Amino acid sequence: MKSEINILGIETSCDETAAAVVRDGCEILSNVISSQIEIHQKYGGVVPEIASRAHIEKIYPIVAQAIAQAGIAQKDIDAVAVANQPGLTVALIVGLTAAKTLALVLEKPLIAINHIHAHLQSAMMETKDLRLPAVALVVSGGHTSLYECENALELKLLGSTIDDAAGEAFDKVASILNLSYPGGPSIEKAAATGNPKAIDFPRTMLGKDSLDFSFSGIKTAVLYHCQGQDMKAGSLAGQMTQQEISDIAASFQAAVVDVLVKKTRKAADKVGAKTILLGGGVAANSALRSELEKMAQKTGRVLLVAPKKYCTDNAVMIASLGYHKYKAGIFADMTLEAKATSE
Amino acid sequence: MEIISNSVEETFEFGRKIGQNLTGGKILCLLGNLGAGKTTLIKGIAAGAGAQNPHLVTSPTFVMVNEYQGRFTIFHIDAYRIKSIAEFEALGFSDFISPESVVIIEWADKVFAALKGLDCVDIQMRHKGENSREITLIGLDF
Repeated sequence: MKSEINILGIETSCDETAAAVVRDGCEILSNVISSQIEIHQKYGGVVPEIASRAHIEKIYPIVAQAIAQAGIAQKDIDAVAVANQPGLTVALIVGLTAAKTLALVLEKPLIAINHIHAHLQSAMMETKDLRLPAVALVVSGGHTSLYECENALELKLLGSTIDDAAGEAFDKVASILNLSYPGGPSIEKAAATGNPKAIDFPRTMLGKDSLDFSFSGIKTAVLYHCQGQDMKAGSLAGQMTQQEISDIAASFQAAVVDVLVKKTRKAADKVGAKTILLGGGVAANSALRSELEKMAQKTGRVLLVAPKKYCTDNAVMIASLGYHKYKAGIFADMTLEAKATSE
Repeated sequence: MEIISNSVEETFEFGRKIGQNLTGGKILCLLGNLGAGKTTLIKGIAAGAGAQNPHLVTSPTFVMVNEYQGRFTIFHIDAYRIKSIAEFEALGFSDFISPESVVIIEWADKVFAALKGLDCVDIQMRHKGENSREITLIGLDF
């Protein structure tokens, strides 16, 4: 086997079209993301038709750009890794079809990547001496999951959300408070000048031993706080002062972070974790990062967080995890399908 | 049919009854505000339809479509962010409809135009108080 392994990664699971070339699992040769945030802001969310059409329009130029920026020839690509689950099927199919075509044309192996596992790869990518076992938390708009992690390829699901993902709760609460999309950054900004103890929003723990999450209740609690329990007040957010909005945002964020940190600690204690990994779009939230860091220090653990630019969907994480599968000889064939839910 | 649910558990149980009485080919249109209990009701429906792990029923607001396997395939669509019929069609909506599947659409009011002429079961959920919800079911009897 030659010494340098170049993996082309492709990601189209939701709203981003992305491609990247990563050498030996950690050396980023290129990272191209066609952020659709401007298009989506107009509509207040991920718009499927626009998302899927944009993937089709952008996949070829994005892949071509990723290879060109990497400064390598097509023949120097050793394998094509692609996110095939979980996500929006019509969007996943675009990336999957591109990846299969490239693998066939280049006569290189195809590697199937689980999008959520790849988010965790972002957190461990730059670490040479990962102390195991680790507990990993993935928090995004679509996912909130805890894993036990033996290595990059062996992840065991410990718990996940039973209703809304944490990022979805941020978006819906932002919408209740008339704050802009995406909700994560706008809640964090409003919360910066708010009192996190102003309102005691519920922390849903789902029983003493549960490692699952539920963020539906807190969303409803914020709604009741703004509209009254019979929902007859209509939206009061428009009549609230900036300070009231900030206090609600800060109290909501504190409650979500509290649950995420407590559950992660519970999981870490259960498996005797030496390291805590954090990835996914909500990992960009400063309050979550600092509270997890405090908990990790207090309990003698190392916290590894995905760099902010690799928190949101990207293809570097796909290519990086692809490298580990390549080394382990785990390849997919041309019958590989897109799957809406994780296996 | 109209019932008052006084808890999350009662909402789940009513969903289970709906699920037990469902057959393939049905389209369920679900209306109700944020926090009305739509996800809970659908968990019950999936359980009643024989899904192995109704625990896996989560909100598809971000991914747009979830799939569950029971006596038939359940396609769980969330139209919360959908703004046009073309966007809805692009999800593959017409491909989801078959005698072997049930399609459940949250925030169906956003895509009514695409549902005209289809035989839909309508479910409306309304807040009555902190824990109580009025659930109206039209187009399915049991």
